[in-house]
Amino acid sequence: MSEILTTEKDNDTEDIVEAYTKQDYKFGFVTDIEMDTAPPGLSEEIIRFISMKKNEPEFLLEWRLNAFKHWQTMEEPEWSNVNYKTVDYQNIIYYAAPKKKQTLDSLDEVDPELIKTYEKLGIPLAEQKRLSGVAVDAVFDSVSVATTFKEKLEEMGIIFCSFSEAVTNHPDLIKKYLGTVVPYRDNFFASLNSAVFTDGSFCYIPKGVKCPMELSTYFRINTAGTGQFERTLIIADEDSEVSYLEGCTAPMRDENQLHAAVVELIAHKNAKIKYSTVQNWYPGDKDGNGGIYNFVTKRGRCEGNNSKISWTQVETGSAITWKYPSVILKGDNSIGEFYSVALTNNMQQADTGTKMVHMGKNTRSNIVSKGISAGKGQNSYRGLVKVLKNASNARNYTQCDSMLLGDRCGAHTFPYIDVGNTTSQVEHEASTSKIGEDQIFYCQQRGISAEDAVSMIVNGFCKEVFKELPMEFAVEAKKLLEVSLEGSVG
Amino acid sequence: MLEIKNLWARIEDKEILRGINLTINKGEVHAIMGPNGSGKSTLAQILAGRETYEVTEGSINFKGNDLLDMDPEIRAGEGIFMAFQYPVEIPGVSCTYFLKSALNGIRDHKGQPPLDAMEFLSTIREKMDILGIDQSLINRAVNEGFSGGEKKRNEIFQMQVLNPDLAILDETDSGLDIDALKVVASGVTQFKNPEKSVIVVTHYQRLLDYITPDFIHVLYNGKIVKSGGKELAHKLEDEGYDRIKNEADSLQSAEESTV
Ligand SMILES: Nc1ncnc2c1ncn2[C@@H]1O[C@H](COP(=O)(O)OP(=O)(O)OP(=O)(O)O)[C@@H](O)[C@H]1O
Ligand SMILES: [Mg+2]
Repeated sequence: MSEILTTEKDNDTEDIVEAYTKQDYKFGFVTDIEMDTAPPGLSEEIIRFISMKKNEPEFLLEWRLNAFKHWQTMEEPEWSNVNYKTVDYQNIIYYAAPKKKQTLDSLDEVDPELIKTYEKLGIPLAEQKRLSGVAVDAVFDSVSVATTFKEKLEEMGIIFCSFSEAVTNHPDLIKKYLGTVVPYRDNFFASLNSAVFTDGSFCYIPKGVKCPMELSTYFRINTAGTGQFERTLIIADEDSEVSYLEGCTAPMRDENQLHAAVVELIAHKNAKIKYSTVQNWYPGDKDGNGGIYNFVTKRGRCEGNNSKISWTQVETGSAITWKYPSVILKGDNSIGEFYSVALTNNMQQADTGTKMVHMGKNTRSNIVSKGISAGKGQNSYRGLVKVLKNASNARNYTQCDSMLLGDRCGAHTFPYIDVGNTTSQVEHEASTSKIGEDQIFYCQQRGISAEDAVSMIVNGFCKEVFKELPMEFAVEAKKLLEVSLEGSVG
Repeated sequence: MLEIKNLWARIEDKEILRGINLTINKGEVHAIMGPNGSGKSTLAQILAGRETYEVTEGSINFKGNDLLDMDPEIRAGEGIFMAFQYPVEIPGVSCTYFLKSALNGIRDHKGQPPLDAMEFLSTIREKMDILGIDQSLINRAVNEGFSGGEKKRNEIFQMQVLNPDLAILDETDSGLDIDALKVVASGVTQFKNPEKSVIVVTHYQRLLDYITPDFIHVLYNGKIVKSGGKELAHKLEDEGYDRIKNEADSLQSAEESTV
């Protein structure tokens, strides 16, 4: 686990960093195996330190260093429709050995607001404790369930483990696939992640295997919480199928302000990957202080013919979300889907969307994006549909709806379409609606309170996306919207 | 049941209701007629608690309580139902889900436990049969893509399920073919009993042929300018509103000149 230092950057920072690195170099901190936290700042030495700490093979270290070299030549993007205080990358600690979260003795010590939210979401007591960092008994339900699951998966040849374990136990797979969908040169945040990522999830579904259960980070043993620079890699071999759930509806307590994850998905011939996310990180207080910056690169490649990748996401958290799950449709007849609900309330900003790149023949993509803005929230949809020259008969359908609650919020749509093939067909539909006073009144007249009416109307608006979510997740997502919208009426 | 005293209401600086007085007892059916724009829907919506209108004077008492003090959902809980002249669409929310939330909202207000899915289904099944409502219709989103007649029928269906004490029907007969009109009328007739009151806003005699009103009131320019028994409707149908309008207008100018 790594964490951001909250101290203000002062003029001496650079000197201090320099002093640190020099000193470390001089005294050889790199060889000091006992040390479990790197000093703040980013340098080649730090990256070597991380790689060594994790006992990584040479190829991975090299890859990290290349990423770092490249990152140094890049500028932080400014093109997204969001504003934030810039991050001081030299003030971040990039490696801290997985240490136990500071535990509390009981729920009484936890912020009562947080407990209230857990209760509204119907989160079981044991789980509330885990989430808020209260020490739990050794025998904890989800852990034993997870063990049973893991055994079953192993029998089928499915690999599902932390990224670090995969590096140790399956270096060949990592070497073969890492960075093949999101190269380390891809963008500022992906390069940074490639240089310094510490852990994440890995999943491999062998040929012909249909994974019998939803895989979720929640059931992955040894997860040490959310990493600041997570790396996820999922490979579905020929004729296989997997549904993967990421995230948690409970608001996560996290000291890290910047999150820059990378997710890569690869679907071989006839394989299907469904990736569902519910993201509810701390959005900051009403004035927008202290929230998490979520800058994620998620991309899948439909490598083989007839393969399919679906992204479904419900985003209600974070102060700033910058995220475009994409699909590269390389195999003929492959299908890419993107279903998204993004809600912004108070001072939250979200700039999300997708990219669908059609390369193979008869490829199809379907985009349904629902943006909800409340309070002073700003919500942008940015989508790119690109059809390459050889993608004959490619089809895209995009539907992009925005809903406004109140008149201090905003919704923005930026569709980019780039078609290089005359036999293809690209359709885009967009709508913006204000939640109607007449709709709310109609509900109230029937006995439904204004607050319930709003969540009912918003849920109705999101229905096309929710129906894509696995059942349990959909129920949670619904509750989550209700809680996130609380107090936004009137 | 309901007592409206000297009710004045406006929207922005436009005066719409100018001193309405109306008393409705248990078991009575009152019809409100009057030319377009006279304020019928405004009166209905104010009874239901719409905040767009500002009540500037007067009082409304419902079952012994001050109605103007209550939020719309509380009024619904207390037993007021209004069938909308223009029912609203709620995309993505199924009729069944909507109605179940409504019914349980009202039950909660009355201190009754919520109905579970099975109990709810058996409650609505019977009403669906009466009104010839198809399962496929109530599986759809509330009023979305419904024909005019389907919307009106759905309003009456909701009234039957929610079982209010005072039902206000705002032009529920408009846009109905003759068969649908009979179905809707029989829905109202079945609902009617000595404990319940109904306000029917309509332009046509034909609905009143099925639902016999105890009183008919003519609203003009925000005032009730004439009240009578069921025979008044026939007279209006024959003569139109001209005579009543003229009488009211001359009365109005007489009043104004004495001020
Ligand atoms: N929201 C509003 N904004 C502005 N004017 C309004 C509004 N609602 C009603 N009015 C005006 O108030 C007057 C009364 O309207 P209301 O809808 O109550 O009439 P009505 O008697 O129901 O007519 P109809 O028979 O056509 O349904 C009309 O002049 C109408 O234009
Ligand atoms: Mg009207």
